[in-house]
Amino acid sequence: MSVILMQLFNGISLGSILLLVALGLAITFGQMNIINMAHGEFIMIGAYTTYVLQQVFQQQFPDAFGTYFLLAIPVAFLVAAFIGLLMEKTIVKFLYERPSDSLLATWGVSLILQQTARSIFGAPNVAVAAPEWLNGGLSLAGMTFPYKRLFILGLVLLSVLFLFIYLYRTNSGRRMKAVTMNREMASCLGVSTRKVDSTAFAIGSGLAGIAGCSLTLLGSIGPTLGTAYIVDAFMIVVLGGVGKLKGTILAGVMLGIFSTFVEFSTSATIAKMIVFAVIILFLQWKPTGFAGVRVRALD
Amino acid sequence: MIKKYRQGAYYGIFFLFLSVAPFFLTDFRAGLLAKFLCYGIIAVGISLLWGYTGILSLGHGVFFGLGAYCMAMYLKLEASPSGIPDFMEWNGITELPFIWTMFKNPVFAIAAAVLVPSLIAAFIGYVTFKNRIKGVFFSIISQAVVVVTVTLFIGAQQITGGTSGLTNFFTVFQVPLTDSGTKTILYYVTVFTLFLIMALSFGLTKTRFGKILIAIRDGENRLRFLGYNPTGYKVFIYALSAAFAGLAGVLFVLQVGIISPEMMGIIPSVEMVLWAAIGGRFSILGAAAGAILTNSAKSYLSESYPEFWTIFLGALFLVVVLYLPNGLAGLVEKVKLRFAKKEKKEEVKHAGDSLVS
Amino acid sequence: MGRKKGLLAIVVMSMLLAACSSQIETATEGTESASKAAVSDGDSVKVGILHSLSGTMAISEVSLRDAEQMAIDEINADGGVLGKQIEPVIEDGASDWPTYAEKARKLLQEDKVATIFGGWTSASRKAMLPVVEQNKGLLWYPVQYEGMEASPNIFYTGATTNQQIVPAVDWLLENEGIKFFLIGSDYVFPRTANQIINAQLKAKGGKAVAEEYTPMGHTDYNTVISKIKSSKPDVIFNTLNGDSNVAFFKQLKDAGITAEDIPVLSVSVAEEEIRGIGTDVLEGHYAAWNYYQTTDTPENKSFVDNYKKKYGEDRVTADPIEAAYTAVYLWKAAVEKAGSFEVDKVKAAAGGIEFKAPSGVVKVDGENQHIYKTVRIGQVQGDGQFKEVWNSGEAVKPDPYLKTYDWASGLKK
Repeated sequence: MSVILMQLFNGISLGSILLLVALGLAITFGQMNIINMAHGEFIMIGAYTTYVLQQVFQQQFPDAFGTYFLLAIPVAFLVAAFIGLLMEKTIVKFLYERPSDSLLATWGVSLILQQTARSIFGAPNVAVAAPEWLNGGLSLAGMTFPYKRLFILGLVLLSVLFLFIYLYRTNSGRRMKAVTMNREMASCLGVSTRKVDSTAFAIGSGLAGIAGCSLTLLGSIGPTLGTAYIVDAFMIVVLGGVGKLKGTILAGVMLGIFSTFVEFSTSATIAKMIVFAVIILFLQWKPTGFAGVRVRALD
Repeated sequence: MIKKYRQGAYYGIFFLFLSVAPFFLTDFRAGLLAKFLCYGIIAVGISLLWGYTGILSLGHGVFFGLGAYCMAMYLKLEASPSGIPDFMEWNGITELPFIWTMFKNPVFAIAAAVLVPSLIAAFIGYVTFKNRIKGVFFSIISQAVVVVTVTLFIGAQQITGGTSGLTNFFTVFQVPLTDSGTKTILYYVTVFTLFLIMALSFGLTKTRFGKILIAIRDGENRLRFLGYNPTGYKVFIYALSAAFAGLAGVLFVLQVGIISPEMMGIIPSVEMVLWAAIGGRFSILGAAAGAILTNSAKSYLSESYPEFWTIFLGALFLVVVLYLPNGLAGLVEKVKLRFAKKEKKEEVKHAGDSLVS
Repeated sequence: MGRKKGLLAIVVMSMLLAACSSQIETATEGTESASKAAVSDGDSVKVGILHSLSGTMAISEVSLRDAEQMAIDEINADGGVLGKQIEPVIEDGASDWPTYAEKARKLLQEDKVATIFGGWTSASRKAMLPVVEQNKGLLWYPVQYEGMEASPNIFYTGATTNQQIVPAVDWLLENEGIKFFLIGSDYVFPRTANQIINAQLKAKGGKAVAEEYTPMGHTDYNTVISKIKSSKPDVIFNTLNGDSNVAFFKQLKDAGITAEDIPVLSVSVAEEEIRGIGTDVLEGHYAAWNYYQTTDTPENKSFVDNYKKKYGEDRVTADPIEAAYTAVYLWKAAVEKAGSFEVDKVKAAAGGIEFKAPSGVVKVDGENQHIYKTVRIGQVQGDGQFKEVWNSGEAVKPDPYLKTYDWASGLKK
């Protein structure tokens, strides 16, 4: 019983991480139909931002080291969002009508960003030490729930909450939703789709930055950090239904739980194969994903 | 009439160049060019699939890899005097697995190298296109196929050789692979194959079938309303381009002498698309030339600036996508247009058409 | 009309020429150098250095290039080899195996290098193997690997299985317990290593409670850790590769498993990796290598000092780095003994050559072209360095096919 519970927790935890990675992609892909292959590199930017901040705190404010990680989350968001905005203004802007070209261009960007990171920080991985209060875990009925996983879970919930508040309660967010639902109509009604696109891209990149920040707690920090997640993230977005945030959330958590349980009863390699095969099959059955709506419109 | 002639001139120069190239190159460079020609074959398939039909596959590495593995299995058996490949012996296998036994026959191996990729593509294509999954969704599914296949090949180490792949071949049809004579023959076989495939593809685009492909790209729904069912056409062209990739794999293994799961991964698969994009996806010749050019540049840059070639490569993709959406073939057209303006005006109107050829 | 066609022809021609201009340039260079002496011309001799400077493997391989460069600089400052300065030709393998084959071919055919130092992964070595054999070249491969290979054209300066894995398992059986949990990345080295470990455990009364493989680049080890918890092993034998180690150790510690509870012995975690994983999560765990930065030999002191002076105080040395550095010196010794740069003579002269390496005295085995090495088991300390807890006393004779071990006879060779 405790094993099943533990695995359920592991699954939700994995799902929350995947969701955080996919959330930003869901926005850029969903709204703008831009396949951002450099999304993984924004995760990397978030992770390196955390690393730099850690170094600064270690040297300048060793007393306040425990709090650096809390500061790193908004900073990672801002840095990634800023670079994302820059990229939107200089490159992505020209590609809105050409989704498959956007894939190629952003692939080029991702190569450049990776090599830049390698030149700045060196090829080897760097280590980020988690603050003391995140070490250890909550012991409950013979099971250990690591604080880091609980923290990330909370962070994901918070991010989703903020995103929903933004989308449903602010004018700027409502405009974004409007553009996602029907670009032409929104444009006719006076929404500056260009501006909305810039904002959306920045927010999407910023969310990747947060993902990168939280990934420093669990894994390696290196120039190619993002590439490990990018395909999974695309799967989740498609599985959830493009442009459907609720679907993305559902897909992320389901995928996490499903792959954890498959892995427990088989092995990690087989689990990866089974999970992807199931996704492919599922999409044959429901091409528009979990939250896809049947529409009569063509194209 | 003149336009047709002009196309012929392009192709003529291209193949003339390829036929004389080995005389000017060292063995090593000629070997590289041969490898790039294999890539050119893949790029032609991608041009048909993506440029003409509008289907963006990010999983062609799989078909290339399957073709290469089929050939490599035959070569490996020929290079194993004990009848069992060396890596199997280390994995404790004493009897040749059934799948491998069939590859003792070279005709079967080559046939399989073309048929296996196209059958798999036909299957994936059929279920996907029948369900009207298209655009980027199809692209992402094709990526998932890559992940599954690569993981499978790495995991089944006893049969596939795992991450090290298959390598260390000596002979093909009892002829040593390293002989310069063999290499020259293989080079010209590759050039000839490329020629056949380009001629076939070029011919295909000029037929009624080719027009339907372009119609699928430009307005699939309109085509449906006109009474066509695009599924069959899409499946066919997907399978055909997979067969091209498989054939390229055969020639690749013969000349490069190694195939491993890495080469069918996501990065190589995306690179294949980039070759076509850089050369010009709407042009058969452009795509083939693009594959050769891109890889020459990659090879040159990585020799001269090993630490920074990825940045150059990334920048190259950006420049091509942002400023040359039709690739180098588009650039050639542009240059041509500039000269054409000085002469007859009507030429200008039609100049765009020759992009699609 | 005719003029226009001519223009088009020029455009296309120039496009295609651009494609191969670099090739033609180098082609003429190639023939020039070919007409000169085979491997060395003037007062310098070319050697190839072929590691991944880009891609996923750059993490590890850049340091090997640095170590080889340092050895070459030292030798050059000291008068070179046979009176000739060594001129390294550095190529990028780009973490891509056909690229390794391609670049090795270039180094041998175009640059006519006297030898190549290169590779890290087994796949990269397997890709270069036919190339160096066919071109009668020489390759020095500096990383521990899974054995079962002895190419006449390759010298292996890293450990083979009986210089790392086999003694490590013996030591664990004696000191930590008999129930092993085997975890590795899903590729050739871990699978072969675990086959050997399984046979060895069976013969010596140990037991592998589970054998788990994760795909390369796997980042979530929670499920594996659940399996560890439920199978309650005495020790974990870790053959994970690269980034996966970071995720595994971080998550292992978070799950509340410390080195006191279940120690992990790794064969791919060295000083460089420790810096990327973080000392806090690794402290107390073990590794099996032939060299540590802390290894106490006079040669090592100056090696570490020079390395840090050359590349920065924050750099660390590690087993593969030392093996790469040693490889250059062994090659020099073999060349000097042979009195020639010719591959056949160097190969013939190499057997029995001894060198005082930073890791202790090493000796080239003339039969299988591996080298005698001292086995050392180290424990990670708080400062990110290893403390040696055991060593084999003397250099162990390499046995890539495990012919001298009875229990290994079941493994097919």
